[in-house]
Amino acid sequence: MNKPSAIEEILTNRTRPKSPPAIQASATFAWRALLRIRYVPEQLFDVTVFPIIFLLMFTYLFGGAISGSTGEYLNFVLPGILVMTVSMITMYTGLDLNKDIEKGVFDRFRSLPIWQPSVLVGALLVDTLRYLIASTIMVTLGYILGFRPEAGFSGVIMGVVILLLFSFSLSWIWTMLGIIVRSEKALMGISMMFLFPLTFLSSVFVDPSTMPNWLQKFVDINPITFVVDAVRTLIHGTGTNGDVMIVIYISIALIAIFGPLTMYFFKNK
Amino acid sequence: MTTYAVEATDLVKIFGKHRAVDGISLKVPKGIVYGFLGPNGAGKTTMIRMLATLLKPNEGHAKVMGYDLGKEADKVRHSISLTGQFASVDEELSGRENLIFISRLVGYSRKQAKLRADELLHAFQLEDVAKRQVKKYSGGMRRRIDIAASIVTSPELLFLDEPTTGLDPRSRNQVWDIVKALVKNGTTVFLTTQYLEEADQLADLIGVIDRGKLIAEGTSKELKSSIGAGSLTVHFDDSEELKKAQNIFISQFEQEPDINEQDISLTVMIKEHAKAAKAIGELANTNVQIKDFSMSQPSLDEVFLTLTGNVQDQEGGDSTNE
Ligand SMILES: Nc1ncnc2c1ncn2[C@@H]1O[C@H](COP(=O)(O)OP(=O)(O)O)[C@@H](O)[C@H]1O
Ligand SMILES: [Mg+2]
Repeated sequence: MNKPSAIEEILTNRTRPKSPPAIQASATFAWRALLRIRYVPEQLFDVTVFPIIFLLMFTYLFGGAISGSTGEYLNFVLPGILVMTVSMITMYTGLDLNKDIEKGVFDRFRSLPIWQPSVLVGALLVDTLRYLIASTIMVTLGYILGFRPEAGFSGVIMGVVILLLFSFSLSWIWTMLGIIVRSEKALMGISMMFLFPLTFLSSVFVDPSTMPNWLQKFVDINPITFVVDAVRTLIHGTGTNGDVMIVIYISIALIAIFGPLTMYFFKNK
Repeated sequence: MTTYAVEATDLVKIFGKHRAVDGISLKVPKGIVYGFLGPNGAGKTTMIRMLATLLKPNEGHAKVMGYDLGKEADKVRHSISLTGQFASVDEELSGRENLIFISRLVGYSRKQAKLRADELLHAFQLEDVAKRQVKKYSGGMRRRIDIAASIVTSPELLFLDEPTTGLDPRSRNQVWDIVKALVKNGTTVFLTTQYLEEADQLADLIGVIDRGKLIAEGTSKELKSSIGAGSLTVHFDDSEELKKAQNIFISQFEQEPDINEQDISLTVMIKEHAKAAKAIGELANTNVQIKDFSMSQPSLDEVFLTLTGNVQDQEGGDSTNE
């Protein structure tokens, strides 16, 4: 039998500490996400396998046809596939949340006096870490296959940083959908419907100047094109700072629109 | 300072066309256990989720620990804790990790959080399974870790949603002991249950809810006296004796017993316990041979039968064709 006295003893303290600042709360939720990865390492499957498959597939499938040699094509296409792969992986953020949020523990989170977005920000921070793992794997494998960044190592780092910023911002769309959409299947369908055209109809694989006019128009306003151009610019030192600034604006806009929307649906679920 | 932990006025929650909570007003004085008693689908969880700031009521308003539910949600959250009906901790993590995690969210430093987690694990006798994932816990352990997570800092008001449903008697008693300890310490407990016995044992005040409406409220004594103390069942060796007993009940107590020919038994509803003793005494005096007899508490079904005047439908709360 349980001794009530033991429980009474630990109840004496009624003073509640001050609620944690937003950063501590977010970090605590990030810690939760990390612990979950430790228990279920399969969660890392998508960020390890996709980069490898995509890179090998596109390099050897298109390399010979488009550029004549795989080595040359790799230099052109790797930044593009990097953006495509990581953008695709952001979708899993929504899928994971969709399953997670049905659990009773979210009721507890929502009844705590904390900065409510921290529940999602923490999870997204750890997802950003997953995107970093995917990027590292792809760049490393690319290097082995003959990829040589012209702006050197620091260029690669800056390219990856700007990609992570964009991916973190893009994740808010899937987070919002993950809260609204009921079934995982429907969510997957919606995400694919956006991601496939956006990633393929961009400057990922080929230079837009080779495309028919009408297609070029779409590709030129596609946000993914801007991100691909910025990452290429940073990795090969070819473009201008303007390319990078546009991605920063796009990212801020995504967070400004979908952050509050997500929180609205989260609170009123 | 108000004297009420909860003051709800005409709360309504509608899902689609279904009025899950249909105009409930209630007052819960501070420092007591309030038992919210009702069958599956009655609207208990919906009510608790509104009072814990998780659901916005469609109509009505409420004050929790003196704060307005809508306008001062954050202050309400500072005074309450919620133990949901299903898994209210992260089942993928270990018990200790869960408690450290909640302690950090409540505002403890890393060191304090670990200290607090270990204190709680000790008090709730969960030290042996501290490092095991919660999904591998038994039902009783799971409920204890759920409650431990709710009292990382002692709340002024604790919501417990069906804390003992599905537990074995020993685990159930442990949960009851925990609730008693909490109340002794000054916490107000608002618990929901499907069991009359549980409300009877723990609650100072019981509200009976059915199909989103509060259909009765009072102390366990008051509720029971309104529906009687329960039923008396007497078994006999042969139907001859049964017949004799039936006549005695009709002539002496002016009550028509329910006869069960197969079991050779009869059952009567009893207003108070003394009357049951008198009836058994009367049977002995007139030399009726009794095999055995038993008293049973009024069941929840009987409570509903008496309070609503109709047998409660098992689908629970489908109100489309009322
Ligand atoms: N989120 C929801 N959406 C639609 N219907 C709901 C929802 N939550 C509860 N209900 C319905 O409201 C009624 C009351 O549910 P609930 O409060 O969970 O009852 P209890 O906790 O007493 O078993 C049930 O008929 C249930 O199906
Ligand atoms: Mg319920």
